[in-house]
Amino acid sequence: MTTEALTPENVERLLSGSPRRRSKERAIRWFFWTASATSILITLAIVLSLVGEAWTFISQADPSSLWEIGWFPRRGLFDVKTIVAGTLLVAGIAMLVAGPLGLGTAMYLSEYARPSIRRVVKPTLELLAGIPSVVLGYFALTFITPDLLKRIFGNQVAGFNLLAAGIGVGILTIPLVASITEDALRAVPRSLREASYGLGASRMSTSIRVVFPAAVSGVVASLIIAVSRAIGETMVVAIAAGATGGSLFSLNVLQPGQTMTAAMTALAIGSDRVRGADNAFQSLFFVGLLLFLVTLFLNVISERFVRRVRQKY
Amino acid sequence: MAVTSAPTAEVLVRRSLSAKKRDVRGRVFEAVLILTLLVSMAVLVVLLLDVALDSRSVWGERTLGNFLTSQLSADPATAGIRQALVGSLILMIFTAAIAFPLGISAAIFLEEYAEDNRFARIVNANIRNLAGVPSIVYGLLGLALFVKILGGITGPEVEGRSVISGGLTLGLLVLPIVIITSVEALRAVPNSIREGAFGVGATKWQMIRHHVLPVAAPGILTGTILSLGRAFGEAAPLLLVGGITTFFQSGDATPVEQLRGRFSAMPVLVFRWASLPQAGFRALTAALIVVMLVALLLINATAIYLRNRFEKEL
Amino acid sequence: METRTQTDKTVDLTKEKVRTPSFDVSSLAGQGDPMLAQNPVMIDVRGLHVYYGDFLAVKNVDMPIRQNEITSLIGPSGCGKSTVLRCFNRMNDLIETARVEGVIEYHGVNLYGDSVDPVEVRRRVGMVFQKPNPFPKPIYDNIAFGPRIAGWNGKMDDLVEESLRRAALWDEVKDKLHESAYALSGGQQQRLCIARAIATSPDVVLMDEPCSALDPIATLKIEELMLDLKKDYTIIIVTHNMQQAARVSDRTAFFSVDVSERGRTGYLVEFARTQDIFTKPEKKQTEDYITGRFG
Repeated sequence: MTTEALTPENVERLLSGSPRRRSKERAIRWFFWTASATSILITLAIVLSLVGEAWTFISQADPSSLWEIGWFPRRGLFDVKTIVAGTLLVAGIAMLVAGPLGLGTAMYLSEYARPSIRRVVKPTLELLAGIPSVVLGYFALTFITPDLLKRIFGNQVAGFNLLAAGIGVGILTIPLVASITEDALRAVPRSLREASYGLGASRMSTSIRVVFPAAVSGVVASLIIAVSRAIGETMVVAIAAGATGGSLFSLNVLQPGQTMTAAMTALAIGSDRVRGADNAFQSLFFVGLLLFLVTLFLNVISERFVRRVRQKY
Repeated sequence: MAVTSAPTAEVLVRRSLSAKKRDVRGRVFEAVLILTLLVSMAVLVVLLLDVALDSRSVWGERTLGNFLTSQLSADPATAGIRQALVGSLILMIFTAAIAFPLGISAAIFLEEYAEDNRFARIVNANIRNLAGVPSIVYGLLGLALFVKILGGITGPEVEGRSVISGGLTLGLLVLPIVIITSVEALRAVPNSIREGAFGVGATKWQMIRHHVLPVAAPGILTGTILSLGRAFGEAAPLLLVGGITTFFQSGDATPVEQLRGRFSAMPVLVFRWASLPQAGFRALTAALIVVMLVALLLINATAIYLRNRFEKEL
Repeated sequence: METRTQTDKTVDLTKEKVRTPSFDVSSLAGQGDPMLAQNPVMIDVRGLHVYYGDFLAVKNVDMPIRQNEITSLIGPSGCGKSTVLRCFNRMNDLIETARVEGVIEYHGVNLYGDSVDPVEVRRRVGMVFQKPNPFPKPIYDNIAFGPRIAGWNGKMDDLVEESLRRAALWDEVKDKLHESAYALSGGQQQRLCIARAIATSPDVVLMDEPCSALDPIATLKIEELMLDLKKDYTIIIVTHNMQQAARVSDRTAFFSVDVSERGRTGYLVEFARTQDIFTKPEKKQTEDYITGRFG
């Protein structure tokens, strides 16, 4: 009907198929292989571009300028601890916001909420997750600082400050914490909950004593990912925390300050001044390398925890 | 002394089974959880209200068309977002042109071709890590690669700080997301379909092209368009590769010259305007954010619409 | 001993002395067919071993499969009968770790020879799967896909009609050829898959428990179809249903399984005419299985 019938004469030829078709298939496979190998090239390109300039920076910089006074790159002062402290402060504040709110929301969604509530809350969280970070920056600058912080702290709080930025970053990471934690909680087998209820435990003690400990790896993973995201978050801080020219070392969150990421944008937007050769330009890559390594470390750890959840159930 | 009669068994059982003995701590716990949820939701509502209210004065004085088509300017009364609008549009096209074919191809390899070997494991781990790299680091990559090294090609007149560099950078930024969502969509295709196609003598590529891709298309499409939404809101990498916020002319330039010329984008403009001290710019920023959020909503709605349409056709 | 009628198919495991199968064997397919022995060998399996990684999944299968016959593979679950079936169209190639030793000769060519392209093999050895798996496309395209990729350039409408007629499905679907195959019932879907398999004009059709997901009426239809198709095709069927093997097949291969610490290794116990397997099996193991003592 459709194919040539097999005879003793043609069988070997027909069964061996067409070499052209086979080489075409090989070419297609090679094409897709190349595409997936590109992702490795991207990582290599990131590492190489960071390491190269960062190395030049380290080898040329005056060691004392890396640990004194403050972060004023255009004046040759690169006190790393200033921006690291700022980063940790912002990430810490963000976690104080996103941790309780995200975990509580996830716990309620997974253990208490009726399906109708889930149907409303989940898309709202997704919507929140999709809000661009510049918008949160604007919100932190024009609402959180004047309408919230000024009412609490009065004139102690500056128009640009790390606290508002931290809260903004926290809001940004709520959906992240909530969704990963909820997945982890829901992955806990039903039978475990039933066993707990069967022993007469209340919903609260089941949630806290049975479900939460069983899902703790996932919860930790969600928090680590959120920290990593908060450390890498740029625009909220760049808009709401001020100190674009640089800042002295300070732990006062009510005053302007800089994080590693914000320091990088501050360097970059003076675009016409940042040129190929000077120290300020290279410090950009030095900070970028630091940021890359820290977030990579956090992501790898969180992946460990996620895998632990998968192995369990 | 023993005058009071002991409660009967019935009363005891009834008492212990009824919920009257309120679990106060349980109630408080639930209330706290509800509170966290309400606060999380309220933040979004307050944010949207704040932006909408702040932008009121702009819509009172100007038409939407005027705001969208006016040039960037230092004067809040006349400033518009024209270049930023066009810039964002071109950036999206570039991002899609880079990330979609590359990302979907990589996903096809990982899900359909790759054996469980070392290469596949390295690529998979690498992609997950790339997805977690902060966006500003991609900006540094763009700065080093597209602006400095390839600047002669991407924008010789503007030292590489062109819309091409921006688009390429955003393309690389969303690539891991495109790969991950596409892999998930491919993984959802039932294996029986693959077996059926192989069973009638399809080659691997015929199987993928005629059977796997059509079934996975809605999922791939939705994921990729949502990733565009992510690129659309990114400002940090664009700041590093030279997105600008001041007035610039691109009126007479040919399309190629425009692509290799300076550029702005909506999120970059939000950043700039938000930090300007003049009073008028606060309302302008809010208006710009409203435009951005509506655009984002449109992007996401498109994704959902396309998914539904494709699913019906099956 | 009381004679059993066709309606009385219950197996009474307590009556151990009953050595005959618990169903009627008087109408076994192929019985009294003097031509049976003369059918030429279409697929000759010699010394077949299948490994998953370094684990031996099936060992030592020798089995000449004859043209225009229905050969059934039966045995307890895990005995590797599906694994063996999937060697005949090199479907096992799709499992990364699977490795095949031995010879499967098809028209005199070893299917596992170096020069053989599995894609060509699958165009000539069609397959029907355990669960109906039509493509999520219109009925017409389900049939047309195979011939189209094989480069067939005749009139597609005619080929689609002929294939559907051959699968006894034409009358049911002729008015809805361009509607989704998913709208069909399970039995119809499975016949569509049979039509899809024969549209490329294979000479062998493999069926991997084709009726396990179907109701009795749909099963009966498929069985009738198989008997009709064997005029033109060589059919190899895996089934867990002994009655089905007895009803449709000319020859039966009985597989069993060795269970060790590392897993299960299947092997061929007995391969003979179906009537012999069911009435006078040579091996005690076969007899025990047939009479319901095991498995």
